[in-house]
Amino acid sequence: MEASNAAAATATSPEELHFYVADEHGHAEGSTMLGFWLYLMSDCLIFAVLFACYGVYGRQFAAGPTPHDLFDLSTVALNTSMLLLSSITYGFAMLAMEDDKVGRTQLWLLVTGLFGAAFVFLEIREFLEFIHDGAGPQRSAFLSSFFTLVGTHGLHVSLGLIWLVTLMVQVGQRGLVPENRRRLMCLSMFWHFLDVVWIGVFSFVYLIPVLR
Amino acid sequence: MTSDGVHVEVLHSGDQAGHGSRKGYLTGFILSVILTAVPFWLVMNHVLTDPRVMAGLVMGFALVQIVVHMVYFLHMNTKSEGGWTMLALIFTVVLVVIALAGSLWIMYHLNTNMMPTMQNMRDMS
Repeated sequence: MEASNAAAATATSPEELHFYVADEHGHAEGSTMLGFWLYLMSDCLIFAVLFACYGVYGRQFAAGPTPHDLFDLSTVALNTSMLLLSSITYGFAMLAMEDDKVGRTQLWLLVTGLFGAAFVFLEIREFLEFIHDGAGPQRSAFLSSFFTLVGTHGLHVSLGLIWLVTLMVQVGQRGLVPENRRRLMCLSMFWHFLDVVWIGVFSFVYLIPVLR
Repeated sequence: MTSDGVHVEVLHSGDQAGHGSRKGYLTGFILSVILTAVPFWLVMNHVLTDPRVMAGLVMGFALVQIVVHMVYFLHMNTKSEGGWTMLALIFTVVLVVIALAGSLWIMYHLNTNMMPTMQNMRDMS
């Protein structure tokens, strides 16, 4: 309605003629976002089930190591800050994308990727330490559920990193075309969602069991 | 887009939803840092002695931080996609609460009811 009014208002001076074209593609993007959100919600259910398993098995130590013996909270704090920093840098990448700054978007994506890689590196190092100390996933029900839950999250972050690198290549090739913007927005939701899951992990898996 | 003085502007219908501002991201980040640092500080320095109060506090901080992330990073609101994202979120939260609370509740009672104590085992033999 406003579009036709605006066109009519400026019709007298051809130099100032404005055409407003409602982008049909926008609808497709909208449903992509909703569909991706529904995927994230179903992913949320997977994590909920794994959290429930950890809640049930988390105290079945089979006379093995307890969270108090194993967890080094300073590592977890460092891990958490890496993921939180990667969340804000991805936000900056999205802001740069809205400003149509290809270079700045790529730079923030790179920074996000480095923080994400640091997170995965620290997590793998922690896992290897546990396994080296004989506290592998086969040691007790507690450790099985711990490795499944935290490992699934780590796998999500690793796949997110592959996705991020793929998108950096695509943005490098084609620039910020609508398709790439849509993909970047999906990854944005995925990345922030993983940070939300991590809040549950560091509280429920690391901090609270250490208290007991 | 401009050609011969004619302006063609493409209106993205989805553009109003799902975008944040620098201020929003920074607010979310600062709140998240505080909401992360406090529970870590509480647990690492053994600030309180009662583990149940501490666990409650840690869970409380986690819930608030999840809301902060949802609002400032995931840009959740009741209007985006005509309210469908919010509806999907509410549905998921209900399922998550049922799965978590139900599992813990049932398994806790199974443990107390089914686990044979040493006394029971001696009686059985």
